[in-house]
Order: sequence, then C-alpha cells, then structure tokens
Amino acid sequence: MAERVGIYVCHCGSNIAGMVDVEEVAKWAGVAIPDVVVARDYKFMCSSLGQQMIEEDIKKEKLTRVVVAACSPHLHEKTFRRACQNAGLNPFLCQMTNLREHCSWVSTDRLAATAKAKALVYAAAERVKRQQPLEPMPVKVNPTTLVVGGGIAGIQATLELADAGYKVYLVERSPSIGGHMAQFDKTFPTLDCSACILTPKMSEVGQHENVTLLTYSELEEVSGSVGNFQVKIRKKARHVDYDKCTGCGICIEKCPRKVIDHEFEAGLGYRKAIYTPFPQAVPRIPVIDTESCIWFTRGKCQACSKLCPTQAIDYDQQDETIEIEVGNIIVSTGWNLFDCTKLPQYGYGRLANVYTNMEFERLCNAAGPTNGKILMRDGKTEPDSVAIIHCVGSRDSRHNEGCSAVCCMAALKFGHLVLEKTKAKVYSFYIDMRPNQKAYEEFYQRLLEEGMIFVRGKVAEVTDAARQPSEEGKLIVQAEDTLLGKQQRYPVDMVILMGAMEPQADAKELGLKCGISCSMAGWYTERHPKLDPVATMTDGLFVAGVCQGPKDIPASVAQGAAAAARVMGMITKGTVMIEPIVASIDEEECSGCRICNNLCPFNAIEYDEEKGVSRVVTALCKGCGTCVAACPAGAITGAHFNNQQIMAEIRGALWDAAPEAKEEPAAV
Amino acid sequence: MSDTVFEPKILGFLCNWCSYRAADLAGIARIKYPANIRIIRVMCSGRVDPTFVLSAFAQGADGVMVAGCHPGECHYVDQNYKAMRRYAMLKQMLAQMGLEDNRLRLVWASAAEGQQLAEAIEKLVADVRELGPLNWPKSWEENGHRLEAIQNIAREHAEAMEVPQ
Repeated sequence: MAERVGIYVCHCGSNIAGMVDVEEVAKWAGVAIPDVVVARDYKFMCSSLGQQMIEEDIKKEKLTRVVVAACSPHLHEKTFRRACQNAGLNPFLCQMTNLREHCSWVSTDRLAATAKAKALVYAAAERVKRQQPLEPMPVKVNPTTLVVGGGIAGIQATLELADAGYKVYLVERSPSIGGHMAQFDKTFPTLDCSACILTPKMSEVGQHENVTLLTYSELEEVSGSVGNFQVKIRKKARHVDYDKCTGCGICIEKCPRKVIDHEFEAGLGYRKAIYTPFPQAVPRIPVIDTESCIWFTRGKCQACSKLCPTQAIDYDQQDETIEIEVGNIIVSTGWNLFDCTKLPQYGYGRLANVYTNMEFERLCNAAGPTNGKILMRDGKTEPDSVAIIHCVGSRDSRHNEGCSAVCCMAALKFGHLVLEKTKAKVYSFYIDMRPNQKAYEEFYQRLLEEGMIFVRGKVAEVTDAARQPSEEGKLIVQAEDTLLGKQQRYPVDMVILMGAMEPQADAKELGLKCGISCSMAGWYTERHPKLDPVATMTDGLFVAGVCQGPKDIPASVAQGAAAAARVMGMITKGTVMIEPIVASIDEEECSGCRICNNLCPFNAIEYDEEKGVSRVVTALCKGCGTCVAACPAGAITGAHFNNQQIMAEIRGALWDAAPEAKEEPAAV
Repeated sequence: MSDTVFEPKILGFLCNWCSYRAADLAGIARIKYPANIRIIRVMCSGRVDPTFVLSAFAQGADGVMVAGCHPGECHYVDQNYKAMRRYAMLKQMLAQMGLEDNRLRLVWASAAEGQQLAEAIEKLVADVRELGPLNWPKSWEENGHRLEAIQNIAREHAEAMEVPQ
C-alpha cells in the first residue's frame, strides 16, 4: 500500500519565507512528489495552531507519514514528533528537513534557495516513506548524581540535590572545595565578605549525610549513558589517612619545610609541605606535597608522622581508582587565570609591583599574606597611586576574543578597597565599562563619587624607564586617553592587571571523556544558548558555572541550582526514554566474519561462537552506524538510518540531477 | 542561477554531532555559502557507506562532501577514523573509475566551526564548478587519469605479490 505523506512547509515568519518561496515549494510538493496527499505552508508551524493543523490532517487525511520543512531537527524535532504522537502516528514516522539553518539563512539567491528547498523536501519525503515505527526504550534513572568541580557552582548544585534527599558525589581536583571564591576577600557589588558567605556552604557540604566528598581526586573515565553512567575516579594519594586524621593541624604546624604557595596564595604567601590550602578548608584533612616534602625528596624528617596523635600519616599510600554509578553528571569545573606574562609590555613577572587580579585578591584579603594591608612587593610601603588595567588577555583577538564579564566589577571593587584602605589615587584604564547586572551600575556611580579616576583607553605599555624626574622610581603607565584624544603617561606605584578568565587547560580533555563539546574559545557548549543553558548535547550531562562561559558568582550559583533542578526532574520522573536508534544484526544474513566486532568502540557487538554469528547488545549500542556501513553481507541494520532510507534520501536530494537514473537501485 | 555559469549539485553527508551542528551554526550566524549543497544527516561520518558516495555520483551529484568531528573528538570515540579510511579508498576508486577524485571531500568541522564549514563548502563548490559537470562516459574517454589508474592497479598487484625479504 502506498504511504500517504503530508508535507508542511514553514514560513518561520520571514526567516524562511524571506529567501525561499515557501508557497511555491508547498504547491510544487503536492504535485511533483509521489504519494503526497497534503502539502501546506504556514506562518509558524511550531505554533500550537500549526501543530493542530498537522494533527487534524493526520486524522482527516489518514496520513501515514509527515514531513516538516522548517528549522533544524535539533530545535523542533521533539515538537513535531509529539504532535504526530498526539494524533496517533508513531513519532518516528515524522521527518524534519532543515530549510532555515541549512537553506534560507545561508543563501543569497532566492531562486537557488527555492530550488534547494525543493530538493531537501523531496529527499525528506522519499526518506520518510521508508521510515519505520520505533518505540523509545525506557531506562531507569539512577538517583545518585556526580558533580565534577567543587567551586561555588558545584557546591550549590550539590547542596540543592543533597537537601532534596538525593545522594551526590562531589569530585574536586584540589585538596579542598571552595574554588576561586575561597580566595576572594570581598564580593561585588555588596562588598560582603566572600569567606563569610562561602564557608558555611562548604562545611554544609562536608557534613551533609547525602554527600560523598572526593577531594584531591580526578575524573578518569565515564561510560554508560543517561540514567546509568559508570564513572572511574582516581583518588590521588594524600599520604594522610582520611579516616584516622582529625584535622588537628599539628603536622602542618611542625612541618619544617616551607614552600611558596602558587595555588591558593597566588605566589604571594607560603605553605608547608604538608598542608591544607587554607584554614577553613573542607575537608580539613591535609595532603603531602611529595615534590617538596623532605621525607619524599631526601628520605629524612618524618616530623609529621612522629607527631601525629592518631598515626594518620601514611607515606606508602598509593593512588586509588574507585568506580561509582550515577544517573546524571553536572560538570562545574570553572576557569583558569590568563597567564599575564604573555603580554610582556605590561611587565608582569619583570616589574615587581605589577600584580595580577588574583594576586591582588590575596593582597587585600584579611586572611592573606599581608593580613589585608595593601602593600607593595617590599612588604612595608603603601602605594601612593594604583593603576588598574582592564581587559588583559580578554577582548583581544590574539588571546581571548571574548569579554571576561566580571573584571569591570572586580576592578571597581579593587578601586573601592584601595580607596578605603589607603590614601592612594586609583586609576582605571578601561575599554568600555560593563557593569550590567542588578546594582552594578549603582556601584560604578559610587566609585565615580568616591574619586576613582577613569581613563578610557587601552594601555600601550607599563615601564620603569623614567623620562622626567617626577617619574623616577615609579611605574609609568602609557596610554591614550581616547576621550581627550591624547597620549598620556601616568606614573604610579602599583599596577593591577585584570587578567582574563580562560577555560581550564584540560577542559577539552574532560569534555571528551564526558561527551561535552567546547566552543572555539574553549568553554563548554550548552544545548541551546538561550533556552537550554545548562543541558548539553549529551543527555544526562549538565554544565554549571564558568566552565560554560565567563560569569560572576550570582550567575554561577543560579546555574548550579538550575542544573540541580534539571537533574531532580530526571530523578523524579524515574525513567528516561532513550531513542531507539541502534543497530541490529540479521542472524540469517550474518556470515560470522567478525569485521564488525572490532569496529565498535563500545564493545556492543558480541560473537556467538555456537551459532557463528555476531550479535548487537542493544543496551551498549550508541547508534553510530559504523558497523552498518562496514558489514560486507549487509546483515546489519541501523534503525532510523538504514540503507534504504539513506539511499532514498540521496535519490530525493538529486531528483533534478539526472532524470534517467530515477528507478530504485538494487538494495545495498 | 544564471545560464552561463555551471551550478554543480553537491551532496553533503554530515554527522549529527559536529558537522550538522556546524551547518546549523553557520545558519544561525547568517554566514552565506552557495546553495549548491544539499545536506543529509547521518549519526556519524562512520555511517557513510562508500556505496552512498558512489550512488550519489551515479545519480547525478557533481560533488560529495563527507563531514565529521575532528579526529579525536568523535562523539563515538574514533568512528571518524573509519570514515577517513573509507575516504582514502574512495579517492583511489574514483581515480580508477576515471573520475576526478577532487569531487569528493572529507571535512572536519566541530560544532563551533560554522565559518570553517561554510568556507569548505564554498571551496568544494568552486572546485567542482571548475571541473564542470560529472559526465561519466565523457570522463572515461577523455580523462588521462584512467590509463594511469589502470597502470597503478597493475603495479600495486605486482607489489602485493612480492614476497618480503
């Protein structure tokens, strides 16, 4: 029996209709394409009226197949599948073709675009006739969640889930959770103390009955799929027994080896060889830095071991890999500071009193190396003048094209702190001021009133080469004041570089492990930039915080909570429907050559020795179709992408190319 | 389309995860490229059966693009490497059949590379436009590749027969 196909061509307002003659395409499809019984065009097919029209046609015209020629299937395939289902048609008998992203938006010639649209519609119609009804497979969702990264976004996500009564594993690479926020002194624009609002949340995570905290641990491997992931985590050797240690801190106090702390103190302070990153660390269990520990480097000392009251020091401890099972994963791995030495004209690393923003955060932190006093590198003198340089490594096509989003406000915060704590003059060298969230503009106005001096212009150079006696012993900031249209030299005592936020160095690697892709700039790509900002293209994987793109604390917290809400939705639903796009092997046709066995990276094909045939383990198959293309006997079928369907699509797409080659070729 | 310029018909097999999304991105960013390409979505570039490509040429395509995720970034671990191997084989086959192997192109485009994909499409269309329509019988007669390719087969067979020392 011939299929009864309905074709629905969307105008998408003028998005498609502006470049493609949609009325012509619909009219033509009704006449030219075999088996088409209805062909309509409509302003907005995805609107409820558009969907209703399709549903009514399915019932009235007894349609057995539906083609929607509109936007990308990644946007609205679900919408139209649901509409078909509502009208009693199997959702897999609906095919979308992409007239908007792949045709109207990229074309400049209306005639050519219309011809292309016709071919795309023809291809979809030929394909849909060969599509088969499929049933999604229900899979139970494991209610346990893994959160990767213990910064504020990860902490928020963890607590939301744990408070709702669900188990959470929180994996953090460094010895303590807290992330960058733990390093800050004040937070803009309210100027509340960062530690005061963060540490209660940290200890809540540490004590929560539903949270398993895995610090000093790294994600090794992720397998499985939504609802049921298997994750391998490597717990790095702390050399301190987690169960025995009480966190008393005697070992840290007695350790004779002092090293520069490049992580938490940003190189401005010291820590011991056995250490917790900061006093409020969660957990309070220290780690031994084996590269500086005297016992590990020279085989002497053992002070920590001798003095530990609970014998918790274990020099022989090895890395340990554990396997856990979770239903969903939230990735909140944060960011890295731009390496300011890449801009040698600003003198960082060469001129002593040029600081990065993270260094300055520590410098004005009451718990920092100077106890919150803003002092120059000599540790004694307060600066008389401070220059803050914006956009260092950001908004710069050589390094990071994008804006780091937080530095304008952080610079204003720094300005306020300098003005509050010292008598120094503060200059801000900005390209554009972007205080664009709630109460941010007000904070900018406040700094204008407080007397921070704003110079609009990108700094050319920071130098110590004086040209005049007044510049002797100073750092000279050379910049064009673009509002005056003049090159100026500003002698100052201290320079703060607002370094850009960059993706973690191994963000891509981690993304590949989990199945999240990165943008060109290296931030994780969300499912939809506006309407689905925390989900990713991989079901069951969510992103939160700066790893998805530069953002401030409130936005990170909001994303953490949003990701947790999405996960809770999955858990509460209990089951998730998996697309039945998998391969299957016809045992009658299989010759047992086993070519497919080694092609599958998921080990989804097993060989039945007894029968001499290969078989697909449906639960493991991800549906890539490589085995289908490789089978010399044509015994493997890839559901929804089988040979007949794709061949028909090819034939349809080339309907106008070679009229003599239109008959159905023999099956491949 | 003007009557004087040859407008080739190009078929594109784009993987669902990277290249199809790159094409989506090109659209969203309103990057323009010639309307000659017609895109078919497959789950993975590894799904592209060499028969699909040959069938496309047989049915009147003047050029074919296969596009997938970058090596090492395949959604299915490493299936794009299989596409790469088939591509090498197909190139050789096309030459042996007397067709310009430049009509077939393998492109890597990540989901963020709308611009790059558009450029690759533009390049393929321009190259195929220069080659002119795919004309099987004519190609067989005129194309010097054919003889060379047949000689290559003989040489490869001879090499394969040699017993390594």
